[in-house]
Amino acid sequence: MQAFDPTALRGDLASARFEPGPTDDKLILSMGPQHPSTHGVLRIMLELDGEYIVRAEPVLGYIHRMHEWMAEQKTYMQFMPNMGRVDYLHAMAWNWAWAGAVERLMGVEVPERAEYVRVAVTELNRISSHLLWWGAYLLDLGAFTPIMYAFDDREMILDILQDVTGSRLTYSYFTIGGVYGDVPADFAARCLAFTRHLRSRLPMYRDLVTDNVILRGRCEGIGEMDVDLARRYGATGPVIRGSGAPVDTRRAEPYGVYDRLEFRVPTYPQGDAMARYMVRMDELVTSCDIIDQAVSALPEGPVQAKVGKTVKPPKGEASFAVEGARGKILIHLRSDGGPKPYRVKLRAPGFSNLSVFCELSRGTLLADAVSILGSLDLVIPEIDR
Amino acid sequence: MSVSQLIEEAYTGLKSLVIGLGVTGKALTQPGVTVLYPMEEVARDNLASFRGHVELVGKDEDPAVPKCVACGACVKACPSDCITILCPIPAKEGEAGGEVKMGPAPQKGSKTPGAVYVDFSLCSLCGQCAKTCPVDSLKFSDNPYMVRFDRKEFRIDLLARLKRLAGEGLE
Ligand code: SF4
Ligand code: SF4
Repeated sequence: MQAFDPTALRGDLASARFEPGPTDDKLILSMGPQHPSTHGVLRIMLELDGEYIVRAEPVLGYIHRMHEWMAEQKTYMQFMPNMGRVDYLHAMAWNWAWAGAVERLMGVEVPERAEYVRVAVTELNRISSHLLWWGAYLLDLGAFTPIMYAFDDREMILDILQDVTGSRLTYSYFTIGGVYGDVPADFAARCLAFTRHLRSRLPMYRDLVTDNVILRGRCEGIGEMDVDLARRYGATGPVIRGSGAPVDTRRAEPYGVYDRLEFRVPTYPQGDAMARYMVRMDELVTSCDIIDQAVSALPEGPVQAKVGKTVKPPKGEASFAVEGARGKILIHLRSDGGPKPYRVKLRAPGFSNLSVFCELSRGTLLADAVSILGSLDLVIPEIDR
Repeated sequence: MSVSQLIEEAYTGLKSLVIGLGVTGKALTQPGVTVLYPMEEVARDNLASFRGHVELVGKDEDPAVPKCVACGACVKACPSDCITILCPIPAKEGEAGGEVKMGPAPQKGSKTPGAVYVDFSLCSLCGQCAKTCPVDSLKFSDNPYMVRFDRKEFRIDLLARLKRLAGEGLE
């Protein structure tokens, strides 16, 4: 039997690979995978000097679900429910990305009404995702009340979406060439009522949280990121818009009917956690504007294009990008002409946004790392595909 | 930092805290928005569009008999393999009699299902089965309250369920 050697106790694989720093007065700390502020099973190895972070390394792979591999085992339509699981907070955008990629591959023309419905439900879902982020972020920073307000307003969206899609979280509403079923007759009226309600609540949100000294103290000047850094890491969505770059897939590569709608892309130049916070708060208004226009212009007609019973795209490749609540979602498909995709690549925004964290957190306090991590709005299944 | 700056900072800090408390205080007087679940239940009309597990749709003339023609399309479309449809295997010529064997749908000559099961513990509520059914024989039930002690109990016999529901409807 081998003699007991205390220096051999080096922890698990991740901590064993995490090289200690040049001096041995640093503390190695694992944040997560069950830390409440990592929202899911993200683990971050930290090297601390006192309370200051010297180095941070995310450790991935706790909920690896092999979505890309699964896609290759199922037919095009059978894979659709998985899209709601990649990013469970903005399932509609992933639905759209998948449906869009297959439609592009097959050259399917989506009916007008379906396009408008898609815009409306995707934006509703974006609002619900931002509201949940808002509540959860403030929960990370130590405020409990806001998440209750956020859930109250989010409830209205979930009710609308439940009537449209049948589920409340992991929607699988899109089909190849349209949407699963038509919207109920009072859909437009309820959407308009909701946007009116949300607009009236936003001043309260501002009073309660945005203007609050504690939030400002925790966010202003924390995790500053300039545009170059964001570009270098491929950050997208509110993260790069919080650094002042008006990058938005809805504008850059218009899909659906976004090129017919008027909306503003909010940007803030400061690049700190507060700027990212403000971008998301402004996006609530942007999404309300888009919903108002989409449901007012909702044309009559079918919601499903004629697609054969078995979806069999021709040989070839296609990619389709949409703007999710967290940034650019891209799906690249390669078909060999069979009923199942030959190869699938998902590009998830959360992964690139997380990569920025290592650089942002260097030299900050441990408590600030929480506020940086929250301001990136990560959803872990997206990172651990 | 000068004294006036200190006082100003304390003032703005206190002001924003009081505003925040005011918002919270106002909410105290508002009615609650949640349902205290085990004591109250969600209103029935809120569940009309809810997707519970799938269930069979009965024929218009006889609600206890499903419209299903045992074609097996739903079994093939389901991404999670949760539907089982069995129908009697027709006896080969010359071996008439004996007990009826059941086999997975579709079977040549069988147009009625002998048994339909859905394993709700696998179902992802995607709706592919209902979408592919050529005779619209599947729909989502509005049954949100499902509590069981054993995972096996989520294997639901849909034919029995349809018969039971039809019986309740006739009363
Ligand atoms: S809803 Fe989807 S997962 Fe559930 S039984 Fe039907 S096809 Fe299968
Ligand atoms: S697709 Fe419809 S008709 Fe065919 S086996 Fe399934 S339920 Fe029956």
